Amino acid sequence: MFNPEKCKYSRTHEWACAENGVAAVGISDYAQHEISDIVFVELPKVGAKIEQGKRCAVIESVKAASDFFAPVSGEVVESNDALVAEPALANQSPHEKGWFCKIKISNPAELDALMDYAAYQKFCKETKH
Amino acid sequence: MTTQTIRRTPLYDTMLKAGGRMVDFHGWELPVQFAGILQEHRAVRNDCGLFDVSHMGQVFVTGKDAHAFVQKVNANDIKAEPGRGAYSHVLNERGGLVDDVIPFCLSAERFLIVVNSATTDKDFAWFQKQAAGMDVKLENASDRFGMIALQGPKAPQLMAEFWPDAVKLPRFWIMETKIHGEQGFICRTGYTGEDGCEIIASPAAIVKVWNELFEKGGKYGLVPCGLGSRDTLRLEAGYLLYGSDVDDDHNSYEANYGWVVKPKKGEFIGKEAAVRAKAEGIKRKLTGVMLTQGGVPRPGCAILRNGEKIGELCSATFSPLIGKGIGVGYMVPPDLKEGDALEVEIHGKRIAAKVAKVPFYQNKV
Repeated sequence: MFNPEKCKYSRTHEWACAENGVAAVGISDYAQHEISDIVFVELPKVGAKIEQGKRCAVIESVKAASDFFAPVSGEVVESNDALVAEPALANQSPHEKGWFCKIKISNPAELDALMDYAAYQKFCKETKH
Repeated sequence: MTTQTIRRTPLYDTMLKAGGRMVDFHGWELPVQFAGILQEHRAVRNDCGLFDVSHMGQVFVTGKDAHAFVQKVNANDIKAEPGRGAYSHVLNERGGLVDDVIPFCLSAERFLIVVNSATTDKDFAWFQKQAAGMDVKLENASDRFGMIALQGPKAPQLMAEFWPDAVKLPRFWIMETKIHGEQGFICRTGYTGEDGCEIIASPAAIVKVWNELFEKGGKYGLVPCGLGSRDTLRLEAGYLLYGSDVDDDHNSYEANYGWVVKPKKGEFIGKEAAVRAKAEGIKRKLTGVMLTQGGVPRPGCAILRNGEKIGELCSATFSPLIGKGIGVGYMVPPDLKEGDALEVEIHGKRIAAKVAKVPFYQNKV
């Protein structure tokens, strides 16, 4: 479980949960609800270098494709194969079984630019209305 | 372009209350989904679902020449047998589709044609033009009626609680009946590939019927369904979407719906062009595609064969039933074989696919 209250969030609704220089990343509950019915995900390969704010994964729902933007820069050290096999995990369990990948953080300062849980909750409310 | 205000169906408030996620669909504010497309899709395949299709249009044709008129504007042979309806194509002089419609015979001199929403005004103008000199009165009654579709293998059981006589009707037949004291129709039609019916009633009555169906529908697994599952269901069932799969510049044979055209029935608009198109042979054909690896194809994606582009997808989605990406697109050459290897370009990548049989899914209806 990547405790939602301890995650940091991007304005594009990805979360990052950093520990010992590695961040697990995924999509927020708000995002999974908005996207709805995720039926396919394409994740970055282990070893790939990704950059904060750049597209690094694709999410397909029945209705539309969405981009997953990397919430932090770094090298992909692990990719969630279970999510590829069962994309609905991103809907059912966005902060646990539905994580996308783990990134070895190259610039820890980037985390400071992300929202904390309270700020993100407020951001979602404002986005909705 | 003129600015168009968004229209709401009589069920708008009911849809919102039921948790509908509303979107702009060709100028109509309609729910794309309620609980989720996959769930709604499965409900219709296994139990039953209810759709607001009030955006669809209704045109009444009355008068001494009503049957002659309906035959003139339809490529299919529409019988003057009260209660009988049929799926049909309205052709232009070039053999292209003005619309795909369902005409029903109500009596010898009265017919109802159910038309697509985005084409209602266009169809009505076309009909008026073709009716010149005939003893026939046309009424675009689309604003007088709401329409809902009850679909799924358990739909007949729920129908039986309200309109037992309609359950006995064959597919594509219609029953005229009072619904909450006003003119109404139960049609044994649908756009999902499942059994069921479509109910046409006054705006006030359609809201009541919607609520009544839900009062009794729980034991049949009835769920509200949106446009999202309507599209995945119809594509699996191989039904055409006017404006995406067919239009004024594509003919019935190209759309793989040549069976609709009945040249032997007599004269009708577009017959000459349709007969010629068939005799000359088609150069492109609406062909089914199924992905053989992961990904979700979308309308507009390029279809490739041996590395060369041979067409584009007109309709495409993830098939909830098959669990794979499916779609249809016009392909050249038109004689590809089921199983032939293809590729579909998705997000700039070529994804393996094959030619697939349409319909992708067929139940026992």
